[in-house]
Amino acid sequence: MKLLIKKGHIVDAKTGIEGIYDLLVENGRIAGISENICEEGCEIIDASGKYVLPGLVDAHCHLRDPGYEFKEDIESGTRSAAKGGFTSVACMPNTNPVADNESVIRYIINKAKQEGCVNVYPVGAITKGQKGEELAEIGELKFAGAVAVSDDGKPVKSSSLMKKAMQYASMFGIAVISHCEDTDLAEEGVMNEGYLSTVMGLKGIPSAAETTMVARELILSEYLDIPIHIAHISTALSVELIRNAKKRGVKVTCETCPHYFSLTDEACSGYNTNAKVNPPLGTDKDVQAIIAGIADDTIDIIATDHAPHHADEKNVEFSLAASGIVGFETAFPLAFTNLVRPGTIPMMKLVEKMCLNPSRLLGINKGTLEPGSSADITIIDTERLFTVDPSKFASKSKNSPFGGFRLYGSVWGTIVNGKPVVSEGVLL
Amino acid sequence: MNLKSKDLLGLKDLSGQEIEYILDTAKTMKYVINSNSKKTPHLQGKSIVTLFYENSTRTRLSFELASKYMSSSSANISASVSSVAKGESLIDTGRTIDMMGTDVIIIRHPQSGAPHLLAKHVKASVINAGDGMNEHPTQALLDMFTIREKKGTLKGLKVAILGDIYHSRVARSNIWGLTKMGAEVSLAGPATLLPPGIEKTGARVYSTIHEALIDADVVMSLRLQLERQKKALFPSIREYSRFFGLDDNRLKLAKKDALIMHPGPINRGVELTSQVADHDNSVINEQVTNGVAVRMALLYLLTRRGANEAAD
Repeated sequence: MKLLIKKGHIVDAKTGIEGIYDLLVENGRIAGISENICEEGCEIIDASGKYVLPGLVDAHCHLRDPGYEFKEDIESGTRSAAKGGFTSVACMPNTNPVADNESVIRYIINKAKQEGCVNVYPVGAITKGQKGEELAEIGELKFAGAVAVSDDGKPVKSSSLMKKAMQYASMFGIAVISHCEDTDLAEEGVMNEGYLSTVMGLKGIPSAAETTMVARELILSEYLDIPIHIAHISTALSVELIRNAKKRGVKVTCETCPHYFSLTDEACSGYNTNAKVNPPLGTDKDVQAIIAGIADDTIDIIATDHAPHHADEKNVEFSLAASGIVGFETAFPLAFTNLVRPGTIPMMKLVEKMCLNPSRLLGINKGTLEPGSSADITIIDTERLFTVDPSKFASKSKNSPFGGFRLYGSVWGTIVNGKPVVSEGVLL
Repeated sequence: MNLKSKDLLGLKDLSGQEIEYILDTAKTMKYVINSNSKKTPHLQGKSIVTLFYENSTRTRLSFELASKYMSSSSANISASVSSVAKGESLIDTGRTIDMMGTDVIIIRHPQSGAPHLLAKHVKASVINAGDGMNEHPTQALLDMFTIREKKGTLKGLKVAILGDIYHSRVARSNIWGLTKMGAEVSLAGPATLLPPGIEKTGARVYSTIHEALIDADVVMSLRLQLERQKKALFPSIREYSRFFGLDDNRLKLAKKDALIMHPGPINRGVELTSQVADHDNSVINEQVTNGVAVRMALLYLLTRRGANEAAD
C-alpha cells in the first residue's frame, strides 16, 4: 500500500529538512520526500497548509496496564496517544505488578501488539518492586524489550544504590531515568511550598525537594562518567544546575512536561485536584526558567508524564487526591501555543524535543522522516483555534487542568507504521 | 443585607461589610444567651447537622447549643461512628445528609478544602468549623467580636498573634478577618512554625516575640501541638516557652490594657503562663460565650438567606 502526503510543511530534525514537500510512504516506510511526487495507485492525503512532522515520541507516560485498568489500559492509552499525535510511547513501570521482571515487560509488549494503536516501549524498574532496596534484573529487562529503567513515581532514595544502578545499567547500554524527589524534604506536601500553599492551608513541597536530588544525580553522573536522564524537571534551580553541569560536559539529559511551562501553582486555587501533580506546579519564576531551558537546549525533551487517574481519585479532598495529569491529548497544542507560536523556539526545535531526542534517549529508531525509516507521521493544523474539552479525550481518565483552554496546534492526522490511525482529528 | 454566599467557608472570601454585619447580629444574640429564657424561634423548622471528622469539645458544643437556643432540629455525626469509618467518600456522606432535608451542615475536617468540596456538592449551607490548616472562620469571628466588644472597634488596633502560625487555621482566619477590618496584625513564632509568604497577607512578621508585642492592643496566643516536637519543628517545650512563651514580663511590652486571648484548649506553662491566662485582662472565658453568640448569628443569617431567596 502506498500513501502520498501532498504539499505539507515538512519539518524533520534529524535530516534538517524543512519546507513544502510531498512525502511518499510505501510498505510502512518513508519512501521519499521531494517537491512533486507523482505516483500511481496511492491513497492521497492533502496536507496543504498543515505541518507534516515525524510521529511524536513520548519518553514518559503511564498506561496503567497491568493492574490499574480502571484508570487506563493499553488500548485506551494508545488511542489517547494517537489522538495527541504520538506514534511511540515509553510507559513507566509503576504498574501492578511492577514492571521489574521479564514477564511483565513481555505482557506489555504483547498486549500492545494486539490492542495498541501506537508503538509501545516499556520502561523497566530500577529496583525490585520499586522498593529502592535491590536492583531489578536490568539485563533481563533489556533483553525482554525494556528501553530504559526508572523507578518513576518514587525516587531511588539510597545514593549508593543509585550509583550501582547507573554502573550496572551502563553495562547494558540502557538509559537510567531518575525521578528526582527528596521525600524527606517533601514530607506530606501536596503542592508547591509558597504563598499559595500557606493561604490554602496545604502542606507545601519545597522546590528544593526536586533540586537536591537533581544535584545528587549530576554529581553521581559526573563522578562515574555515566549518562543520567532526569525526568520531569519543574524548578528554576534544577534548570540552572543542569545547564551548569552540561557546560562541564556531564552526560546529563533531561525532560520537562507541558504543565511545567504552561501553569503555575495558581492552578491549584479552589482546591483544584486536577492541578495536583508530582513534582508540583511551581511559580512564575520556575515557568520562565523552564521555557528558557527549553530554548537554550538545557532541556532536551518534552514528555507528557501522561498520568491518568479515575474521577473518584480526584473528586476528593485535595490532600487525599491522586497526583497526576493526563497529557497525551494536550501536549503538542500546549507546546505549540506556548513555545512556537510566540516565537520562543522554532518548530524545528520542537520536533527535536518531541521526536528525535526522546528516540535517542530510548535507543529506538524513531522520530524522523528520513527515507527508509518507519512511516510514523503526525500532521498538525496550526491555524485552527480549538477549546480543550477533557470529556472528549480518548483516554479513560479526564484529569486535566486544561479544560476550557483555547489552543492552537491541533493534531489533524496520525500515521503509525504507514497506517492512518487519526484522520481529520478523529480516531479511525 | 444578606450574606453573598450560601456557605461560610472562610474569612478569606467575606467582605469587611459582611463581617461587620455578622458581628452586629451576634450582639443581639448575646442578649439571648444572657437572658433567663434561652429560646428564640429563629431556626424553627430548620435542621442543622454537625459533621465532625476531628475531635472537638468547645466548637461542637458551641454550635449545638447555638442551634438549640434557636429552636432548630439538630443532629450530630462523628466520623468515627458513621459510614465514614466504612470508607464512604465525603461527597457521598454529604449528599446523604443533604437528601434528608438538612438546611445547614457544619463540618470540621482534617483536610484543608474539605468544606469547599462538600459545599459544591450539597444544596445545604456549609459552615466550616475548621479545615486542616486552612481556616476556622467562626473562631476568628468570635475573636473579633470579643475584641470589638472590649475595644469598641477593630480599626487601627494592633493585634499580636504568637506561636505556631504554620499549622494554625485560627491564625489564618484571624489574619484575613482582622486585616479586612482595619486592624494591624503582627506575627511571631519560631522560624520553623512560620508559613512561607505569610507576610503577603498584609500581616507583619517578627523574629522575636518582643517586637511583635510592643504596644499591642490585643495579644493572641496559639496552642502549641506538643507532638510537633517529634517533627523537629522545635527542640523542647522548655526552649519553646523560654523564647516564645507569654509571661508577665513580656506582657509588659504590650499596652497596659491589652486583651489576652487564646482559642483554647490551653497548655498552661507552655504558650502562656497561668498568671497570664488568669490575668485581669484575659478574656479567654468570655471568648467561649461569644462563640455561641457568633454561631447563632451565622446560623440565623445563612438560613434566613435561603428563605429570602425562596420568597424572591
